[in-house]
Amino acid sequence: MIISVNGEEKFLNEPPVSINELLVVSEVESPEMVSVLLNGKVIEREKYEDTFIAEHDEVDFLYFMGGGSR
Amino acid sequence: MRDFSLEQLERYSRHILLQDVGVEGQEKLLDAKVLVVGAGGLGCPVALYLAAAGVGTIGIVDNDTVEISNLQRQIAHFTKDIDVPKVESAKEKMLAINPELEIRTYQLMLVADNIRDIIRDYDFVIDGTDNFPTKFLVNDACVMEKIPFSHGGILRFDGQTMTVVPGESSCYRCTFRSPPPPDAVPTCSQAGVLGAIAGMLGTIQATEALKFITGAGSLLTDTLLSFDAKTMNFRKVQLKKQDNCPLCGQSPTITELVDAEQAVCSL
Repeated sequence: MIISVNGEEKFLNEPPVSINELLVVSEVESPEMVSVLLNGKVIEREKYEDTFIAEHDEVDFLYFMGGGSR
Repeated sequence: MRDFSLEQLERYSRHILLQDVGVEGQEKLLDAKVLVVGAGGLGCPVALYLAAAGVGTIGIVDNDTVEISNLQRQIAHFTKDIDVPKVESAKEKMLAINPELEIRTYQLMLVADNIRDIIRDYDFVIDGTDNFPTKFLVNDACVMEKIPFSHGGILRFDGQTMTVVPGESSCYRCTFRSPPPPDAVPTCSQAGVLGAIAGMLGTIQATEALKFITGAGSLLTDTLLSFDAKTMNFRKVQLKKQDNCPLCGQSPTITELVDAEQAVCSL
């Protein structure tokens, strides 16, 4: 199954893969610091377990970025 | 139309030459009011460029005083300014660049009780804050008051920004929902930030403010622009208004401002 993660093609060989599993496979260190977009739709945290990736899906991990002052 | 003095025509000549700005655009800039929240890594370059550009009224909010560890990136503050309130230090440099501006300083913490009254008077707000509760507060207050703003964040070698035009484009909460748990936010001593990144991101935010005021080009609305300075890869992610956004969605659950607990990552 070929999907896109942050704009780059990624091959997954054992579907089905949930958002939770994709976070692990993609080595996202702090999932709490990431907002997940699946085909442009924001996926709520409670739904990571039950939301599955399909062929050609586009997933974006968008990082919370603070900083600026101090 | 405003009468430009000879000195103003010279000072702003490189703007006036631009087809998308011109005398009309410069007049809009001189009449504009922009609020810069945070006089730190992002707020400093934003404030200096807005002052240089001739944004007529610039407000600047920050409750801190200058520390030596700020000087690596907070470009409006000099070694002589250590222990001086950041808003005063920034104001001095802004007026040194452009003495004809009105600079309003707010040496305070923005909280639920004061933010709406402060931002209401401005055409555009720059979020250059250092913590997530204030970032969300700025977003919520700007959406409620329908004031466009630029979100900005930096960390290590990375930066991100988006522009929000309430009522037209998606808000910060559409994509980022709620502040991350404080214990997940990297502490500053762990994280660090390359100083020049603040300039890269801050000048993008200043550019967005100038584009909004003059109407030049198209804004970073519904777009998260992020970069990784290690590779110098820039990426735009298309965002959209989310029906289930707790603030600007179809059945909002956030209808008034509340103060969240402060989890300050002192970047």
